[in-house]
Parts: sequence; C-alpha cells; structure tokens
Amino acid sequence: MKSSVIFEKIAKAFMYLSIAIVFVMVASIIWTIFKRGFGCITWEMVSSLPGGGFYIGKEGGFLNATVGSLYIVLSSTLLGLIISVPIVFYLNVFLSQKSKRAYWTRLAFDVLYGIPSIVYGAFAFTIMIYMGLRTSLLGGIIVITLLIIPILVRSMDEVARNFPRDLLEASFSLGATRLETIGVVLRQIAPGIATATLLSIGRAIGDAAGVMFTAGFSDSIPTTLSQPAATLPLSIFFQLSAPQAEVQNRAYAAALVLTIIVLIISLAGRFITNRFSKHKLN
Amino acid sequence: MRNLFLKKFLKSDSNEPFTVNAKFKHPDKAEEINIKDFNLYIEDSHILKNINLTIPANKITCIIGPSGCGKSTLLKSINRLTDSIENVRKTGSILLGNDDLQNCTESELVELRRKIGLVPQRPTPLPMSIMNNVAYGCKIHGVKNVRQLRRTVRHYLKVVGLWDEVKDRLRSPAVRLSIGQQQRLCLARSLAVEPEYILADEATSALDPVSSRIVEDLFVKLKEQYSIVMVTHTLRQALRIADYVVFIYMGEIIEVGEAKEVFNNPKHELTKNYLQGTIS
Amino acid sequence: MSNQFRIIKDKTANGVMSAITIVSLVFVIIMGIGLYIKSIPILEEHSLWELVSSSSWQPFKNDFGFLPFVMGTIWVTMIAIIIALPLSLMTAIFLTEYARKSVKKFVYPALDILASLPSVIYGVWGTIVIVPLISDKIAPWFSSEFSTGYTVLAAGLVLSLMLLPILVSLFVELFVCVPDDLRAAAYSLGATKWQTAKNVVVKKSLPGIFASVVLAISKALGETIAVLMVCGCMPEVPKGLLDACYPLPALIANNYGEMLSLPLYESALMFAALLLFVVVIIFNLTSRIILKRIEKNN
Repeated sequence: MKSSVIFEKIAKAFMYLSIAIVFVMVASIIWTIFKRGFGCITWEMVSSLPGGGFYIGKEGGFLNATVGSLYIVLSSTLLGLIISVPIVFYLNVFLSQKSKRAYWTRLAFDVLYGIPSIVYGAFAFTIMIYMGLRTSLLGGIIVITLLIIPILVRSMDEVARNFPRDLLEASFSLGATRLETIGVVLRQIAPGIATATLLSIGRAIGDAAGVMFTAGFSDSIPTTLSQPAATLPLSIFFQLSAPQAEVQNRAYAAALVLTIIVLIISLAGRFITNRFSKHKLN
Repeated sequence: MRNLFLKKFLKSDSNEPFTVNAKFKHPDKAEEINIKDFNLYIEDSHILKNINLTIPANKITCIIGPSGCGKSTLLKSINRLTDSIENVRKTGSILLGNDDLQNCTESELVELRRKIGLVPQRPTPLPMSIMNNVAYGCKIHGVKNVRQLRRTVRHYLKVVGLWDEVKDRLRSPAVRLSIGQQQRLCLARSLAVEPEYILADEATSALDPVSSRIVEDLFVKLKEQYSIVMVTHTLRQALRIADYVVFIYMGEIIEVGEAKEVFNNPKHELTKNYLQGTIS
Repeated sequence: MSNQFRIIKDKTANGVMSAITIVSLVFVIIMGIGLYIKSIPILEEHSLWELVSSSSWQPFKNDFGFLPFVMGTIWVTMIAIIIALPLSLMTAIFLTEYARKSVKKFVYPALDILASLPSVIYGVWGTIVIVPLISDKIAPWFSSEFSTGYTVLAAGLVLSLMLLPILVSLFVELFVCVPDDLRAAAYSLGATKWQTAKNVVVKKSLPGIFASVVLAISKALGETIAVLMVCGCMPEVPKGLLDACYPLPALIANNYGEMLSLPLYESALMFAALLLFVVVIIFNLTSRIILKRIEKNN
C-alpha cells in the first residue's frame, strides 16, 4: 500500500519532468530561431533575389527559395491529395475490413511511409539521369508528391479506420452505393484529412533531402516546370555552411521565415480541425 | 391508402396532406419476405442452416434466441449487409415479393435495400445535421427538390414524435441528441425513403426504459403500414409486441408461429427451455 | 438519375481507385529493383560482406567500406530512441491519465510546434545551441580532449526531439482508445492512478507502442538534414557518444554532387540508399508480423 503511493509520487515527478523538458525545448528552439532571425533579418533579404557575390556576403535575398518552396509544396500537396484520398476511401468503404487486399495495401504504405526521403531523392535522381532530365521544379514536385502520399494515406486511414462500420451499414441499408457513402465518411474524417494535409505540408516544406537531388538549386524564380528551383531548407543549409557571417545571418533570417510559415500553417490547422469536428462522434 | 393512414396517424397535421415522394412507387399489395433454403457460411463455419421462413406483411415478427445463434446475421442477410464479411458464402434465396435479394444485380440491390429499412442496435446518426440525416436517403435516391425534402423531414420527424423536440434545431448536429432521440431519428431516416419492411436489430437494447418504450410503441403503430422484423434479446419485449415469433438456436430455426402460441404452448423442448431461461 | 447510372459510377470509381492503389503498391517494388540495378556495379566488384564490414572509405582509391556509416546510423538512432521513448511515454501518460484540460491546452500546442518544425530548423537550432553546449560544457566533463561538439550525442539529441512529438501523438491516440471501463475496473480493485496507467493502459496498448517505436525508428534512420548539420561527418566508426559520426543518409546527401565523377562512386551511394531501403522494409515487416501475433494472443 505504502510503496504504491511512493511509486505514484515518483511517476508523477517523472511526468512533470517530461512535460518541463518538452516546454523548455520548444521554448529554446523558438527563442533561438526568433532571436537570431530577428537580429539579422532585413526587408531586402525577404524581398529580393540573390545578387552578384551573394554567397560571399554581398547583397541579395532568398526570395527565390521562398517562392520555390511554395511552388513545390502547394502543387505536390494538391497532387498528393488527389491520389491519396481515393486510396483511403477505397480501403475503408470499398474494401471490407478484413480484406486481404486492404491488408497488403496498408502494409505497402507502411513500408513506403518508412522509406526515408533521401532514398526517394536518390532513386528519383537516378531515374532522371537515366531519362536524361536535369534537376527541375517538376522533378521536385514529383518527388515530394511521392514522399507525402504515404503520409497522407496512413494518417487519413488511421482516422477512417475508426469510422464505425454501423454508419456504413446505415448508409448501405438506405440504398446508398459505396460511392455515395463516401460522402458520409468524408464528413466524419474531414478533420483527419485536414490534419493529414497539414502534416504533409509541414513535411513537404521542410524536406531538403528529396529536393536536393531533384529540384536542384537556382538563384532565380523558375518560370517553367523544367527549370531548377531553390527551396528554403536547402537555401538555409547551403548558406549556413558558408564561413562568412553575413551569409550565415541570411541563413538565420531564412530559418525565421520558414519557421513563421510553418507556425502559421500549424495554427491554421488547429483552427480548421476545431471547426470541422462539429459533426464528429464522441 | 398510405396517405389515409398518415393522416390518421398525424391528427394534429391533418389539414396539411402529405404527398409521398413520387420517386418511390409502392406496390398495391404489401409484399412478403420469403426465405428459401438459405445457408450462410463464414470460412468453414456454418452460421445459418437451411433457413426456410416467411415473414408476414404488416406484422411484427420477433426473432429470438440465445446470443451468437445467428439472429443478427439472418437479419443482415435480408438486406445483404452480410456481403462485406470476408469469406462469406451463401446459398438459397431470399425473396421480397418476386425479387430475389440474393441473386439480384447491384442496381436492383440499392432499390431493394431502400425498400428494407434498418434500425441498428446502437443509434447511428450520420455525421451531419438532424435535417440532413433524415433527408440523406431521399437525396441519394435523387430527390432534389428542397421543399419536398423539407416536407419529408418534417413529416417523418412527426411520425417518430421527434418534431416538437427538435424543430428549433434542425441544423444542429444529430450527435447532440440524446441516445433515445437518436434512435428515433434513425427510424425516421429509414422511413423517409419509404420502405416496406423495417429491420430492427435489438433496436432498444442501448436505450433507457422510457425511450425504449417509446420506440416499442412506435413499432406497434407503424405495423399498420410497415412490416417489421425485430431481433430481440428481451423476451418480455417480444411478448409485448410480437405477432409472430421465430426461435433460432445454433443457426437453425427451431420453432415459428404466432406469438401467443409459441409463448404459451411451445412445441419444441429447446424453445421451452429457452423461454424458461435454462438456455441463454 | 437511374439506379443503373449510380451503379456504373460506383463501379467506375472502384476501378479507378483500385488502379491507383495497385500502382502505388508496385512503386515499392520498382524502387527496390531500381536501386538494386544501380548497386550491381559495386556489388560485382566487392562482396556484400566486404562492403558492410570494412571501415576504410576512400572512394578515389576504390575503397568502399560502409561500416562507419552503418555504425553511425545505428548509434544515432539508438541514442535518439533511448532519450525519446521514456520522455514521450511519460508525457503521453500524463496527458491522457493525469492532466487537466487547462494543462492540455498548453501542452498540445507545444507538441504541435515541435511536430511542425522542419528538420532543417532543428539542424540550425542544433548548431547554435546543442553543438556549443556539448563542446563547452558536456565534453570537458568526460574527457580532457577537445570536442567540436559535432558528435553522436548532438545528432541523437536533436533527433530525439524530432521523434518526441510523433511518439507522443501516437501514444496519446493509443491510450485514449483504451476503454474507460478497464480503468474503472482497475480503480475498483484499489489500484493507484500510476498502477492503472502502467498495468492497464500501457499494457493494453503495448502492440501499438511497439508499432509506434518502429515507425519512429524508421523515421530516425532516414533523417538527413538535421543530422547532417550536427553529426560531424567523419567517416570513422564512432567509439563513444562524443565522437563524430557519419550516418548513411548524410553520406548520400553530402556526396551526390561529386558522385557522378566516378561510376563506382555513384553505385556505392545507390548501394547506401538500397541498404537504407532494405533495412526500413525489414523493420516494417517484422514489426507488423510481431504485431499481428500479439494481437492474436490478446
């Protein structure tokens, strides 16, 4: 009796410690990025393209990277959703719960989910070389799309799987076809789709390893799909590895911009999730 | 005839005649469900054995039996919700009127399923507003006219006695209703597509006594117009409302008959034991 | 709209959806085959065992020993999991079993932030905060030798922080799914909150916890940029926490530019990718099989 109370106290102490660590780490990251970033950010950095001698500390900014990232992330998220939403519905509405095909599909997506983005990047790179393509915006979009499809499928499926079978049966018993029943499921898992989307945007915008091989890097904003495109993470990475303090400062500024974008997405996600969950069970 | 019934049913609303959706044509004569030599296997186990049964129209038929005996499976077989079970095998036929439910095309199936409403064990409000829950079935079957939908919703909410409770919040999510209200909503949803049969799978088991009584009373009123098949665990409920009783044991029909007959004078030893509570 | 038309739509959707699904499945296989074909040149020159067990890495002298990179990957992943697992378990238990709503309101957004930050930001933070911390404060404690701070420990720490939100959210989801009846049963037997959490909630979710950890590992194995920025990138087998390391993904990312100079070099890097690919697949598959078994026993 007594020892159980002592264990309770110890356990509680560890829990508070864990929570404290989480908070300290978050605070540390945000504080570091914001302090460094605001210390050196200027309007010129955000709004202009790299000028001559950019990488030895001369004038210019990283607008190329910001725009490149947005191009890649927005198009690949859209493509990813178009491909993955049908897969999730197929798994959960068209196939029955214990179906073999659903089992193997889920397994395959588990595997795809686990494959690191660097492997996707390397694989895509060899394919591009084989086909005689150069690094390009299109290559980046394709790799990021492939990268986020498993994330989207897995996290949406996680929600959709918990969709009560009773509700499906209720819809079927009213004479709805499977396709029509999707509408019902869609409402229920809408918050899941929203969070999955944001999760994948977060991963897409932050991914450097995949685009490194495929989108390449460029000092200008791409105007066609076949031109190489810069991305924020790569821009940060390259500039931070330069020895000059001026170039490093721009990396901090770029890191600040990336962090702010990501935080806004995350906030928006929270808002959307709360609004969508109105009709949700429980 | 249907309208007449509805008028009688809704005395308060009698000055406002209700027109049945033209979409859904009703047979002049109520159809019976005929189950012939029906067998159902899941993997290697024989779940339903050689079922032969006629479910009479405009009556309440209660399916009773110990848990796991195949009551619910039989019920779900009627509107083919058993299709989604993996490795299921079925033989025999289930006829609604002259249409074979087991061997029909999919486009006939969606139509047949419309004719057979289902009230589930636990209420299953769809994740949408109260209004859309009731209108959902009609919309699926192609009713687009908003006024028509509205009228249908109001009408069937009145039928299940929910109208006065929810008329001010038709747009609010159905999940916010109490569980008893939800079950009545599900009933209204099934009725809205104008079925002929209503299948109820222990429809009152999740409800409190008061709500469950309300639903029971509804069934009794509805049987004038609909044929109701109920699976129930509570013998007392079967005793209260059943016209016909089907006793199933281990996937086989042991005894069928008029409720009074079966309850007062069971012919089979197993039925006797079950009614006395020695098997459950 | 006739029923026939509705069914046709339904069937079409079925066809399209299954096609999309099958194509995505085939993609796994294509990827494996593609990487394998690219690795053939180096596998013809050196045996698999030779590649994995040798620790000499001099691409321009035709020496391709992957041991330092393999060991680097293992070290970093292990450290990250060792740090992240207890932290995330405790946090998840706290959130589901103990925390009041008002506390959760602060913790979830904090975890959200952690989850949403890109890995390059972790890298930046690591180079600004963790690396100096290790080289100035932690390393002098353990040895008199100077440490740059770009070490296994730094990479493990940064990585563990990246795994934390993933693990916590997975765990919380698991724990919430444990029915309250079970908790009530434990309480009614006189169990304390912690005993209930430990013996009922965690035990009930063990398969899920296992699966979550495997997911986290596979994520850790492939994490590139953040690790690359703090790992030190020395192609030597690390002997301790304060040695520099060079995990496989960092190797690939760092050298893709020059790999085209030598055909065998390119093949070597593709072999590294294949190695990661295979290890991740094996991880996922074994975990799945074990999971199924645990589920059956329950």
